[in-house]
Amino acid sequence: MAYLFQQILNALQLGSIYALIALGYTMVYGIMTMINFAHGDIFMVGAFLCFVAATVLGLSFIPALLFSMLGCALLGVVIERLAYKPLREAPRVSAVITALGVGLMLEHLTLVFSPYPRHVPALWSSASWHVGGVTLSSLQVLIIVLSVLLMVFLDWLVRRTMLGLAIRAISWDRTVAAIMGVPVDAVISLTFAIGASLGGAAGFLYALAYPVIDPYMGVIVGWKAFIAAVVGGIGNIRGAMLGGFILGAVEILVAAFLPSTYRDLIAFALLFILLICKPYGILGQPRPQKV
Amino acid sequence: MKRSLACLAAVVFAGQVGTAAEIKIGVVAELTGDMPAVGASCKQAALMAVDEVNNAGGLKVGGSTYTVDLEIEDNAAKADQSALAAQKLIAQDRVLAIIGPNASLGAVPASAIAEGGRTVMITPWSTNPKTTRDMRTGRPKRYVFRACYTDTFEGHVLAMFILNQLKLKRAAVLYDVASEAPTSQSELFRRIFTEKGGVMTAFETYTTGDRDFSAQLTKIKESNPDIIFLPSYYNDVPLVVTQAKRLGVTVPFLGSDAWSSPELITLSQGTVEGYYFANHYAADIATPAAQAFIQAYKARYKALPDDVAALTYDAFGLLFQALKQVDKPEREALRNALSSISRYEGVTGNMRFQEGSGDPIKSAVILQVKNGRFVWFANANP
Repeated sequence: MAYLFQQILNALQLGSIYALIALGYTMVYGIMTMINFAHGDIFMVGAFLCFVAATVLGLSFIPALLFSMLGCALLGVVIERLAYKPLREAPRVSAVITALGVGLMLEHLTLVFSPYPRHVPALWSSASWHVGGVTLSSLQVLIIVLSVLLMVFLDWLVRRTMLGLAIRAISWDRTVAAIMGVPVDAVISLTFAIGASLGGAAGFLYALAYPVIDPYMGVIVGWKAFIAAVVGGIGNIRGAMLGGFILGAVEILVAAFLPSTYRDLIAFALLFILLICKPYGILGQPRPQKV
Repeated sequence: MKRSLACLAAVVFAGQVGTAAEIKIGVVAELTGDMPAVGASCKQAALMAVDEVNNAGGLKVGGSTYTVDLEIEDNAAKADQSALAAQKLIAQDRVLAIIGPNASLGAVPASAIAEGGRTVMITPWSTNPKTTRDMRTGRPKRYVFRACYTDTFEGHVLAMFILNQLKLKRAAVLYDVASEAPTSQSELFRRIFTEKGGVMTAFETYTTGDRDFSAQLTKIKESNPDIIFLPSYYNDVPLVVTQAKRLGVTVPFLGSDAWSSPELITLSQGTVEGYYFANHYAADIATPAAQAFIQAYKARYKALPDDVAALTYDAFGLLFQALKQVDKPEREALRNALSSISRYEGVTGNMRFQEGSGDPIKSAVILQVKNGRFVWFANANP
C-alpha cells in the first residue's frame, strides 16, 4: 500500500510538470489554432535561466523563479512578434514549420554557450519526511503545490477577467473580436507571454527536481506535454491540466507494476486507445469548420 | 603576376612532397550531443599523440618519413552520424585508418562501415562485444580493433567485486535500454552475478533522455537490494543518484567505465561520494610511461586525462607501433601488422591482441570516488 502511495506521489510530481507545459501548447492553440512546437525549447530555456539565476546572479528561490518566468514570457513575445505574426495569414503548416525552426534555433543558441550538461544548485531545502513507509520530499510538495496554484490562477484569469474574456473572444472568432474593439495583437502577445511563462516555471521546477540540464532536454518532455495537451483536448485549459496528470500517472504506474522496458510502449498504446474513443480529447469539443 | 604565383605554388607544393609525405588518419568523436566530454577528451588526446610524432620529425614507415595528418569528424553521439562520418573518412578523405567512435552506440554502426570498406578502425573506448564481432556469423571482424577491455570482462569483474570484496549478495540494476554499452553490460552482469550465486532483486530500465526515474527507483527500493548497479553515462548518474536519495534509497551504487569522466564530479556535487566503479586505468597509480603522458596532458590542457583520453592515446600508440612494422602505409598491411602485435606497453597497461580478434587482453581497475577524486581501489586481472 505504501508502495502504491509512493508511486502516486511520483506520478503527481511528474504530472504537474507535464500539465504546466501542456498549458502553453493549449493556450497558443486555443487562440491561434497553431501548434507552437518551440514550446518544449522555451521550457528548456526556463531551466537554463534557473541555472543562470542560481549561479551567475546568485538569486534566491522566489527571485530566481520570477527571473525564469519573466525571461521566458519575454522570449515568448519576441518569438511571436518576429516569427509567427508575419505568418498569421499564411497557410497553417508554414507557422508549424517555423515553430520547429525556432525550437531548433533555441537549442543551438544554448549550445553555443556550452555543449556540456550543467548542474543546477539546490535553491530549495532537501528535507524529506517518512510517513508510514512513504517518503515525501519538500521538493515534491513544492512542485505539486506551486503547479496547482499556477493552474488555479490561470483558470481564474481566463474565466473571470477581461483579459480572459478577450482571449476567449479571439479564440472564438478573431475577425469579429477585432471589429468589436478587442486589441487582437496585444492580447495574442499576452497569451504567448502567459503560456511561455508557465513553460518557464515548469523548466525552473524541472531543473530543481532533475538537477542536470542540457540544451536537448526540452525535446522529449515537450513532445510528451504536447501529447498530454492533445489527450486532454487541445485548446481546453482544464483539459491540458487533466492530460498532464493522466500522462504522468500512466507513465509512472505502468513502470511501477509492469516491466519498465515496456513503459513507453504500453503508456502510449493506452493514450492511443483513449484518443480513438475520444478523438477530440477528454474535454475537447469539435469546432465546426466555417465554410 | 599570375605566372609567378603559379610558379611559387609549384615550388611550395613540390617542396612539401619532396620532404615529407602524409599519412591521413580519421577520428570520429562525440564532440556534440549527449556526451561532449567524451568527444573533447578523445580529440585532445588525438591532437597530442599526433603532434608528438610530427614534432619528433614524423613517422618512419618502410624507410620513408611521413607526417601524420588528422581528419576529425563529429558524430553528435548518434548512431547514424557515426556511420556517415566513417563513410566520409573512408571514401572521400581516403584515410589510412579511423580512430573512434568512443561510445558503443556509435562504434557498432561505424565498425560495420569500416569492415565493409576494408579500413582499419580502432575504437578507444567501446566495450560492446558487437563492435569487434560480427553477430550474424559469430566471427571477429577483420578490420576492427579496440584499445579497451570488453563488457563481458567488465561484467565479470564487477560481479566478482560485489560478491568477493564487498561481500554483498543482493543486487539491483537500472540501465538505459536504448544505449548499446549499458544494455550489454547489464545483461552480462546479470548472467555472471546470478551464476556466481548472487541474487538479482530488480532489473529495471529507462530510455535515453529520460530524467524521471522515480517509478523504477521506488520499485528497486521495494525489492530491498544491498547495492544498485548503474552502468549509465556520467550525465545520467547524478540524476539517478539524487532522485534515489530523495526517495530514501540508502544503499550504494556501483558504476561502469561510463562513469569515469571528471564531469561526473562537477555534475554530481558530492552525491556519488564513496561509490565504486570499474575503469580502464587509474591516474594515481600509473606506470612511468603513463606518468609521462599524464604530465604532458596536464601541461597542455590543464586537466587530468580521463580514461577516454588515455585510451585514445593508446589507440594511436597501437596504430603507430603497427605502422613501424609495415613496408608501405597501406590499409591491408596495417591491418595485418596490428593483429600480430604481441606486446604493447600503453598508458592503460600492457596489452596484446587475442588470436584472430580485435579485443586486447588487459586488466581493469576498480576506482572509488573519494573527496571528489577518482582513487585506485583494486586491480582485476584477466
